[in-house]
Order: sequence, then C-alpha cells, then structure tokens
Amino acid sequence: MKMTLSVLVENKPGVLTRIAGLFARRGFNIDSLAVGQTEDPTLSRMTIVVNAAEHPMEQVEKQLHKLINVIKISHLDPDASVGRELMLIKVTVPPAKRVEIFDLVNTFRGNVIDVSRNALVAEVTGDSAKLKAFQELMAPYGIVEICRTGKAAMSRGK
Amino acid sequence: MKINGATALIKSLEAEGVEVIFGYPGGAVIQIYDGLLDSGIRHVLVRHEQGASHAADGYARASGKVGVCLGTSGPGATNLVTGICNAHMDSIPMVVLTGQVPSYNIGTDAFQEADIFGITLPIVKHSYLIKDVHDIPRVVKEAFHIALTGRPGPVLIDVPSDISKTMHQFRLATEIDLPGYKPTTGGHPKQVKAAADLIRASKRPIIYCGGGVMRSGAAAELRQLAHRINAPVTTTIMGLGAFPEDDPKSLGMLGMHGTSYANWAITRADAMLAIGVRFDDRVTGNKTSFGQNAKIVHIDIDPAEIEKNIKVDVPIVGDVRDVLRALLEELDKDPSPPDRAEWYAAIDTIRAKYPLDAADGTPSELKPQYAIRRLSKLTHEDVIVCVDVGQHQMWSAQYWGFRHANKWLSSSGLGTMGFGLPAAIGAQIARPNDQVVLITGDGSIQMCIQELAVASAEKLPVKIFIMNNGFLGMVRQWQALMYNRRYSGVSLPPDAPPDFVKLAEAYGIRGMRITDVARFDQQAAEALAHDGPVLVDVRVAREENVTPMVKPGGHVHEQVEDEV
Repeated sequence: MKMTLSVLVENKPGVLTRIAGLFARRGFNIDSLAVGQTEDPTLSRMTIVVNAAEHPMEQVEKQLHKLINVIKISHLDPDASVGRELMLIKVTVPPAKRVEIFDLVNTFRGNVIDVSRNALVAEVTGDSAKLKAFQELMAPYGIVEICRTGKAAMSRGK
Repeated sequence: MKINGATALIKSLEAEGVEVIFGYPGGAVIQIYDGLLDSGIRHVLVRHEQGASHAADGYARASGKVGVCLGTSGPGATNLVTGICNAHMDSIPMVVLTGQVPSYNIGTDAFQEADIFGITLPIVKHSYLIKDVHDIPRVVKEAFHIALTGRPGPVLIDVPSDISKTMHQFRLATEIDLPGYKPTTGGHPKQVKAAADLIRASKRPIIYCGGGVMRSGAAAELRQLAHRINAPVTTTIMGLGAFPEDDPKSLGMLGMHGTSYANWAITRADAMLAIGVRFDDRVTGNKTSFGQNAKIVHIDIDPAEIEKNIKVDVPIVGDVRDVLRALLEELDKDPSPPDRAEWYAAIDTIRAKYPLDAADGTPSELKPQYAIRRLSKLTHEDVIVCVDVGQHQMWSAQYWGFRHANKWLSSSGLGTMGFGLPAAIGAQIARPNDQVVLITGDGSIQMCIQELAVASAEKLPVKIFIMNNGFLGMVRQWQALMYNRRYSGVSLPPDAPPDFVKLAEAYGIRGMRITDVARFDQQAAEALAHDGPVLVDVRVAREENVTPMVKPGGHVHEQVEDEV
C-alpha cells in the first residue's frame, strides 16, 4: 500500500540525511522523495511516498516526529490531496516521426523542451499512472534517458 | 570584549552548570583545552575516549545532570562512539563535544578527519556541526535542553578547530526556539481515567516498570501507586531500585533472567501497568505470549515507544511522574482498598516453589551469587552499585536486593562490556560522599582497564570486585546450553595474564585476592573499608550459570510452566 507523507522540516543542513537515514534504519524503501523550500525560506517541505503496511507506517511517523528538525507530518489522503510529478524524457526521433511525437506530447499536455537532429526532450507532469502511460507510448521510439522528480503533493482546500 | 570560539563554548557550558568534563586532548581541541585552564570546570583526563563517554554516562546516571565528554577529531571522536550509543540505548542525558578539522578542510580527508556528525546520526538524539562561531551559545543551550528533557539522550556538538580560534563578540544565549521539539509531559486526562477504570476492574494487576521511573524521578509516586492499588511490582534491569525489593509486593526483575514468579505473574495478570519501559526483547521473550491475558496500560514520554513492540489498550504519553500523580488523584476518587489476597497467594505459591535462592546458605566453594549477596550485606544503604556486562551483571541484578532509586548503574540496552569501570569513576565524581562499588568480570574489566589510572590519579575510592571465573561467562553459558558445551573463544584461564593484583599495584591501586568462602566477609570488609581505590580479584566457581533463564525468543513463562 502506497502512503504519501508531507513533512514540514527546518531548512537546515543535514535534515535530509537524518530523514533518509531513519527510513533506511527501519528497513523502509522510499518510493519517491521530493523536497524544496516553502513560502517561508527557513522551512522546507518534503513529500515522501513509501510502500508500507499501516502499523509500521505509524511507527515511522512517530520516529520522524522525534527528529528535532521535523515540525509537522501530515498523512495525505489520496481523495483529499493533489499530487504531481515531473518527468523529463529523451527519445530518439528520426525527422519523419517528429510530428507524430509532438502530437502525443500535446495529448498528454506536455511540452517538448529540446529538439536536436535525432532526439527530443519532453516534459510531462501528472500522477504516476499518467507518466507511466506516456513512458509506454514513447518506448517504441527508443527512450534514451528518463529523469523524474518524485511526487510533490499537498492537501486540498485550506 | 571579543573572545574566541573555545572560550565561548566554555562560558556557555559554565552557564549550563557544567562542573566536570571527561576528556582527552588532541590537535583539534587544543584551543578548548587552553580555555579550560581559565575555567572553573574540572577536567578529568581519561586514558581512552571510550572511558570519557562512559564516565560522562555514569556521572549522568548518578547525578541526574547532563554528563559531558570531550574528544578530539577523527580517532578521538570515533572512540567516543560506543559510549554515545550506550547512552542512546539507555536514554542517558549527555553532551558530547568533539573537535573537527578546520572548516575549510572538511571533506578533503584531512589528517584526523572523520565525519563524526554522519557516523553518529543513528545513535544521537540530535547533533550539530558548528559552522559559525556566533552559533555556539545557542547550540550549547539547545543541546543541554534536548539532552535532558523529554526522553533524555546524547547530543553531539562537533566544533571545527578554526571556529574554536575565531574571535567574536560573545553573547550568552537565553532563549530556546525549537519549533519541532515540544515533548508532551502531562498525560491525557481521558486516558488517565481509562487507566484508573482498568485498574479498578482488574483482579490480577501487575506493575512492570523501568528506567523511565528513574529518569523522571518518580520512585516515590510508583511506591504510592503500588500500595494504593495493592499490586505486585516487577522491574526491568533499568528499573532496579525503583521499587524496594524488601517490600512483599516486589517480584524482582522479570524477563530472560528474571524471577520465575515475576514471569509467571506477568503471564497470568489481567491488567499490566507498563511504566517507563520499552518492551525490550530481553524482557518480553516471545512477544506473542507476553502479557497475553492482560489489558495493558503503557505510560511513556516517548510516543514512538507506544505500540512499537506490543499492542496496548491504554496508551498514555507523558512524563512518568506527572502521569502517576494524575493517576493517583483519579484513583483517590474511589478509595476503597482492593482485596488481592487470591492473586498474592497464587504468586506466593510459585515464589515458594521456585525461589531465587542460589545465594542462600554458605556454599562449599566461592559462588559468585554468594559473593554478591555478601557484598550487598556488607555495604551501607547509600552505596552505588555499578556493573559491567555479563553473568556478574545478572547475578548482581538478581541478588543485590535494591531498595533505592538511582543506586544501580548498568549498561542495559547496548550491553557494553567495559562500561563498568569508567562509569563507576563518573559516578564517584558525581557523588563523592557515597560509596561506589563496581562489580565486574574478568572479561569486562579488561575492555577499559586503563581507566584504573584515572581512579588512581584522581584518588577516587572506587571498590572494584572482579567476579573472576576464567571465562567470558555468559557466552560460555550459552555455548553450554545451546551448543552442547562446545566452548569456543571463551576461555580466559584464571591464572593466565594478567595478574589483576599486580596490575592494580602497577596502577598505584591496592590489589587483593579472595579465593575462599571462609575469608570472604573479612577480606571484602577490609577492601570496602580501605581509604582509596581497591581492586579485588574474587576467584569464583568457574562454570556457574545464571538461572532462571528464558532462552532467546522463548516464552517468558516457559521455565516455570514446564514444571508446574
């Protein structure tokens, strides 16, 4: 079962290490982790997606709470939150197929952000299912490289 | 007036009331050592940094204050690691100061550089690497606050040597602003009421208490509670002394080497009050059967301990003393004294059938249990008992008969051989007017034996009794019971080097040897009365086992259950 945690932390050196280390020590694999500064430059928000049964997840949350630099942990309910991930994908493109791929990128509301003679780079945002679908569509053309940010998420409403 | 970073550090430590630092100098902390010369803080020069961290730990346990240790960068810092982990496992308040290579050299593999901040991340409550000299007062204030409050633990401050030398305008920190750190101390009133209701409804309650009682200073409240609800009390190894063992309600220690009747009672109880404990595997054995018939109340200041190992019915997060006071108040609303005659009668049947009696009578050869029981009788009430790790530790836990809190210093969570001697040194410095007795083993003492020099140089009258059986006894016992007596790597023949008496004398300490039962009392009394440190090589029976015993992963009631 995938769970998404939104963790508000102090924007200080070593905080990411403390959190990543905690997950490693407790035997949890982090599926995705996105982190960045918030509207307050002294704070950062981490979105952590983990695969966990309920009980150990509660234990991980409690252990996270014990870290001095962790201010708040929210458990994001999939129905009451929004989440996005960015994927950059470089695909081999013979000139004859370029238009075809542009159409597919547009269908996924992505953008082509770089084009060279035999390749292009597209950006697509969305949930993991959408990114997976796009990746599958691109596979026959020849994927050169993929880079994903990990999911950033927040709860809906106020 | 401008001062350097080292002086700022020392002034900040003085402001926290630090009286003593256990440390070892080196290039990266030379500026701090220079500053100490102008300070009122006493510096105790250990002979190995592991001794510094254990001594600070012993000091903290015996004084209730934060213990402070200091090491230089690289190997100095890494040598502190075992003691930091030890303090972490037993929730001991400690501030660890380490020197670091100059900040402009960090990350270059400079001489004596080690990433001690990274190395210790899993075993500290919190840690700091100072990058700006102006941060020193704030960091020190925060470190002491974090180390001592909530669930106590070690906090590391890593100070690059150039920061120690940087001149700056010093201003003492007065405020603490830690938005992510707000320990809950008062238990939730609804949960406290639920606990009281559960106790009232129970016929066979049991109190299972541990180190949290010591750390919160709640021994008096615990005693009140036990009498108020008329419940038997069993303690973990960290909780020894929280409840007087000469009280008829005391069942002694539970768990792997606990009394048969404590383990029997915890299995039969219908209500368990787990107070300041963490359901360690050495206590619970096989978790599927531990407290299987009981509704469980768990009181702990650390929310992460609640349901980490065992499902509980009434969780109460808070300081043990605060919660017990609230619980007593709640219980007083219905003051009728509960009748538990049937419950006690059942326990007493098991107690009579399986008494803890290996120290009774006078054996024909010198038994370690007997020696420990006699030492307990020969010492006065204020004595602080410090132990190392191994069979002697368990026999001391079983046979000393603790009556007061904070008189027992044991490396319990990590089980660190070598802890005993430096911890006893720390305790003696914390409590100069109390007698400190160290009970150790011939294996354990040799792990930090160089600290005899500190006892000698500082004239600390620690009384050291080595239960010398010529074996790494606990491992030998396991090999006997679980590996068909195929002894591997455990023999330290009693007459092989070192000669402990001569070794003591080499360190300028009185050395004695006790070999027979008949002279034990007289020689031990002589050692205890000696005006200064003394090391006694007590030659005990070689293959004595610690019993009762629950095998690792076994059910705690099995040792009795099989025979009842």
